[in-house]
Amino acid sequence: MVKQKIVVIGNGMVGHHFLEQLANRSEREMFDVLVFCAEPRPAYDRVHLSEYFGGRTADDLAMGKVEQYREWGYDLRLNDAAVAIDREAKIVTSASGASEPYDHLVLATGSYPFVPPIPGHEHDKCFVYRTLEDLDKIQAAAKDGKIGVVVGGGLLGLEAANALKQLGLEAHVVEFAPGLMSVQLDEGGSNLLREKIEELGVTVHTSTATELIEEVDGGRLRMQFKGDKELVTDLIVFSAGIRPEDKLANSAGIALGERGGIVVDNQCRTSDKNIFAIGECALFDNRIFGLVAPGYTMARTAVSLLCGEAAEFNGADMSTKLKLLGVDVGSIGDAHGRTEGSAAITFVDEQTGVYKRMITDRDGKKLRGAVLVGDTGDYDTLLQYHLNDMDLPEHPEQLILPALDGAAPTLGAGALPDTATICSCHNVSKGDIVGAVQGGCCSLGDVKDATKASTGCGGCSALLKNVVDTELAALGVEVNNDLCPHFPYTRQEIFHMVQVEEIKTFDELLHKHGSGKGCEICKPTAASIFASLWNEHIHKKPHVGLQDTNDTFMANMQKNGTYSVVPRIAGGEITPEKLIVLGQVAKKYDLYTKITGGQRIDLFGARLEELPEIWRELTDAGFETGHAYGKSLRTVKSCVGSTWCRFGVQDSVGMALTVENRYKGLRSPHKIKMAVSGCTRECAEAQSKDIGVIATENGWNLYVCGNGGMRPRHADLFATDLDDVTLIKYIDRILMFYVRTADKLQRTSVWLENLEGGLDYLREVVIEDKLGICEELERQMGNVVGTYQCEWKTAINDPEMLKRFRQFVNTDVKDEKIVFVEERKQRRPATQEEIVKIAEPA
Amino acid sequence: MSEVAITRTEWLQVCKRSDLVANSGVCALVGGRQIALFFLPEQESQLYAIDNWDPVANAGVIGRGIVAEIDGELTVASPLYKQHYRLTDGQCLEEADIQLAAYPVAFEGDDVLIKFDQ
Repeated sequence: MVKQKIVVIGNGMVGHHFLEQLANRSEREMFDVLVFCAEPRPAYDRVHLSEYFGGRTADDLAMGKVEQYREWGYDLRLNDAAVAIDREAKIVTSASGASEPYDHLVLATGSYPFVPPIPGHEHDKCFVYRTLEDLDKIQAAAKDGKIGVVVGGGLLGLEAANALKQLGLEAHVVEFAPGLMSVQLDEGGSNLLREKIEELGVTVHTSTATELIEEVDGGRLRMQFKGDKELVTDLIVFSAGIRPEDKLANSAGIALGERGGIVVDNQCRTSDKNIFAIGECALFDNRIFGLVAPGYTMARTAVSLLCGEAAEFNGADMSTKLKLLGVDVGSIGDAHGRTEGSAAITFVDEQTGVYKRMITDRDGKKLRGAVLVGDTGDYDTLLQYHLNDMDLPEHPEQLILPALDGAAPTLGAGALPDTATICSCHNVSKGDIVGAVQGGCCSLGDVKDATKASTGCGGCSALLKNVVDTELAALGVEVNNDLCPHFPYTRQEIFHMVQVEEIKTFDELLHKHGSGKGCEICKPTAASIFASLWNEHIHKKPHVGLQDTNDTFMANMQKNGTYSVVPRIAGGEITPEKLIVLGQVAKKYDLYTKITGGQRIDLFGARLEELPEIWRELTDAGFETGHAYGKSLRTVKSCVGSTWCRFGVQDSVGMALTVENRYKGLRSPHKIKMAVSGCTRECAEAQSKDIGVIATENGWNLYVCGNGGMRPRHADLFATDLDDVTLIKYIDRILMFYVRTADKLQRTSVWLENLEGGLDYLREVVIEDKLGICEELERQMGNVVGTYQCEWKTAINDPEMLKRFRQFVNTDVKDEKIVFVEERKQRRPATQEEIVKIAEPA
Repeated sequence: MSEVAITRTEWLQVCKRSDLVANSGVCALVGGRQIALFFLPEQESQLYAIDNWDPVANAGVIGRGIVAEIDGELTVASPLYKQHYRLTDGQCLEEADIQLAAYPVAFEGDDVLIKFDQ
């Protein structure tokens, strides 16, 4: 088969989305694909550009990786801009001189920042805000500066102001129009936004036109405004809108709009039918779509058409919800009420700083638009009414009024049409979700896995949960969060009862709140809760029998009934003397020895009755239990950090030791793993852990809720540049909040995904103390830390506890059924075939 | 040629009450057989004895399982692959064709006695 060749020009977010969509199709094999990218690196997330100054690195923002492109079989040409298109010969020429023929050409050239032609705008302390290179330049210029000005008070301008603020500059925003975000917001919303932003220390100058920029003493810049006002600043960032990057198309004779932009039809084809244009360079219906979601839709349209399917792009809704400088802002449809015959309902709360306005038709039956500032909780519901042209309820004002009985009226998910888009990041409709549930997905997590819904920005999580729950209920699947048949409560509810009523034993808990005799689910869960709250030894009388075998015998049972032993090696640091002890013990008891993934040493093949002797020798040498058997803190992995490594910026081993020694012994809903890296190279792989700490020049970045294993999850950046004390404080709070609220056997990753409000909510609880519980969380953690005991040390000194470590209660003979064979100079359990062979007489 | 098997059934003293662990299991070796003993002091019937051998995992571990009530019946969950075995008769709840041997067991003073076929 002769393959057709696709050449893609531009590798921004939309170009990347096109390539990603194509890679996931079976038709991918029909094409050779070549990509020209003018920038030195593949696509990255420009929407979150300002986070580059908040601790996220270029790698964190990367969307396309070079290896990924290689895996997909794409020929990626970085640092090589396309400079000419010969449409007759169907050849693209690049800056490096490459000539590449194409069958299909995709223009994803994006846009460039508009710089108003103010005299002096070309000064070298004037910047634009578009690429990582721009940000590097701004950062360099900000080093010695105090003041920074952004020209432009739109969405991107405010993002840029946030960036300047994060660089430690006194930020000013200069806007020509009378209000901020004048495209998306009406006057009331815009005024409130301004108030909130000024409270945060950003000075806003509206109705201000810059006439001249000139250098004054000491290399600073003086901005002369119309009407005799002026401002002296150290640098200026222009963010006054975007213009489509259409020069290449123009020189190739492709039709442009009157004011620029590559004209496309509803198939995203340009005036040359072999050439597509997608994203911000494309002009459809005389409009440029400067948001990422419509760009993605165009990319998918082009992919479908290339694969021989019918597809259309018919414009896009430009509604948007975002957080600007920490202020929630939402804009839906006709926010200004410009459509004829509009009526408005407005809610203003000056006390809390909330502005909400709904634009309806004259009868109040349909929603035409909305503006939300200070609280975007109603955004999802309003957007669904707008997009699906649904009839508004009888009293539409209730959609934006605070609910008096405490429960906000939410849109009945059942009322949504199947075509309603739930997740716009991944274009998942209600129908897709219903299909996933009917296809066997029984939980929110399953649906997320199957459809990718709510795995982008996460803004639709509450709505998604609503749809999934409704659909499960409709199928007759009872959404049952009961712990087990003996307790009709969730783990969180039981935790609360145990805490408030100070319940100390399982019998008391069962008697008061449960029924029956308990099982292998509720008993260990209760034991874990008792341990988190009261921290008594797990073998103390009333708790005996609550644990499964690993916790009971404080070792990990292996397939032949023997155990493995893992002493704690905090931070992976061990003296030669202790290493020798481990070797001696392993040799004496003939234990198979292996290094674990968590920088510890695992000793396998110990018989039940050998465990106390082994632990007597280990504790005599100063070892403590490693809790490898428990739902508790396992290891804190670390790299050597600044002590030895030439790249290290902080003492990562020291911090790992502090953290591991603090949280060892904490019983939790599931196991917890942590890591500390000494620099951004991240050798300790902290971003795959429940708690990950990465050193920065200024302190520590804290990552939360990562996970390796079956369903890996990259940890989320929770807070940046923390000092030691604040770092520990936040970890204390996060862990205790997790211990209190997680479901049974729920890892932190799934816990966070199911936490309504997600990462932002967790930040509000832990950093802003929204629930007013931080002090209590810290006290509880302090109690656990203060009552720590090495369970093994206590056990080997208690004859009653040791009674259990007997293979047979009536004789000292060994279990003859345990058979080992040798392999690679160590013991291992014999297979069933080997056992049969050994038993047969020769 | 034929061989006549003689079966004797008798009560054997296995261990003392103090060897047991309340609300949990231990293991005894009786006539070469590993037997798991469970002592549940709160229940009407306080003692249970079933085979210690887990036929699914091929390991002697049943006595180290956790006691669990499933639909009103007392069971032990195998520590390795988590199947439930009924304490009264050794029946596996997940696999109908798997049943562990169960033995009559009782206290006589401080002694624990098992009725055992030899």
